[in-house]
Amino acid sequence: MQNQVISDAILVSSYINGDENALETLIKRHKQRVYSFIYSKVYDKDIAEDIFQDTFIKVIRTLKRGAYNEEGKFLPWIMRISHNLIIDHFRRNNRMPKFDNSGEFSIFSVLSDNALNAEKQIIKDQLENDVRRLIEELPEDQKQVLLMRMYNDMSFKEISDKTGVSINTALGRMRYALINMRKIIEKHNIILTN
Amino acid sequence: MAKLYSERSIKHLNNVKPKEETVKFLLDYSKALSVINCNKMKFEALLN
Repeated sequence: MQNQVISDAILVSSYINGDENALETLIKRHKQRVYSFIYSKVYDKDIAEDIFQDTFIKVIRTLKRGAYNEEGKFLPWIMRISHNLIIDHFRRNNRMPKFDNSGEFSIFSVLSDNALNAEKQIIKDQLENDVRRLIEELPEDQKQVLLMRMYNDMSFKEISDKTGVSINTALGRMRYALINMRKIIEKHNIILTN
Repeated sequence: MAKLYSERSIKHLNNVKPKEETVKFLLDYSKALSVINCNKMKFEALLN
C-alpha cells in the first residue's frame, strides 16, 4: 500500500540520499513495464534480461553521481534509456546478422539446398556414364541423330538439314536408337534408376 | 511476421518479467557502488 502512496520523485530523492530500499521499491514498481517493453522489441528473454539490467545499471550510476534532474518523469526517463539500449543492441547485431531458429518458424522450410548430396551425385554420374556407354554401342547413324536430339537439343528439321536425310528418316533413326538401347539394357540387366 | 502480431504474443507480453536474480544483482550492485567526489571530479568505486 505504501508503495502506491510514495511517488517516484520522493523515492528517487530518498535513494540519492542513501536509502537503498527506495531503489528496491522503484525497481519492483517498474520492472514489469520496462522488461515487457524491452521484450516486445527484442523477442528474446536473455537479451531482454541483459538490456533490462544495463538500463538499471545506467539509472543507478546516474542517480549516484547526482546527474539526474528530477522533473517528475522518472519512468519516461528509464524507458528512454532502455529504448536507446535496444537501438544499440540492434545496431550491434546488424553488423553480424544471425537468425535464431528456435521459434515456431523454421528458416529451413523456406531455404533449401537443391544440390545433390555426395551419394546421389555419384549415382547420377554412374548413370550418365552408363547411358554414354550404351549410346556408344549404337550404329553410327542412330548415334548421330540421338546425340543431336538429346544432347544438342536440335529439332528433327535441323537434324535433317545437318545430316542430309529426310525428317522421317531422322525420326526413324531416333526410334531405332531408343529401341536398340532398350534391348541392350534388357539384355545386360542394366538398372538405370536413381 | 505473423508470429509478431499474433494475439498470443500480445497476451504473453503481460506475463513477462525479469528474473529475481537480475533484480537482486541490481540491488547488490547499487549497494556496492559508491561515487567519490574529489575536486569537482567523480570516481566510481565498487566495494564488495
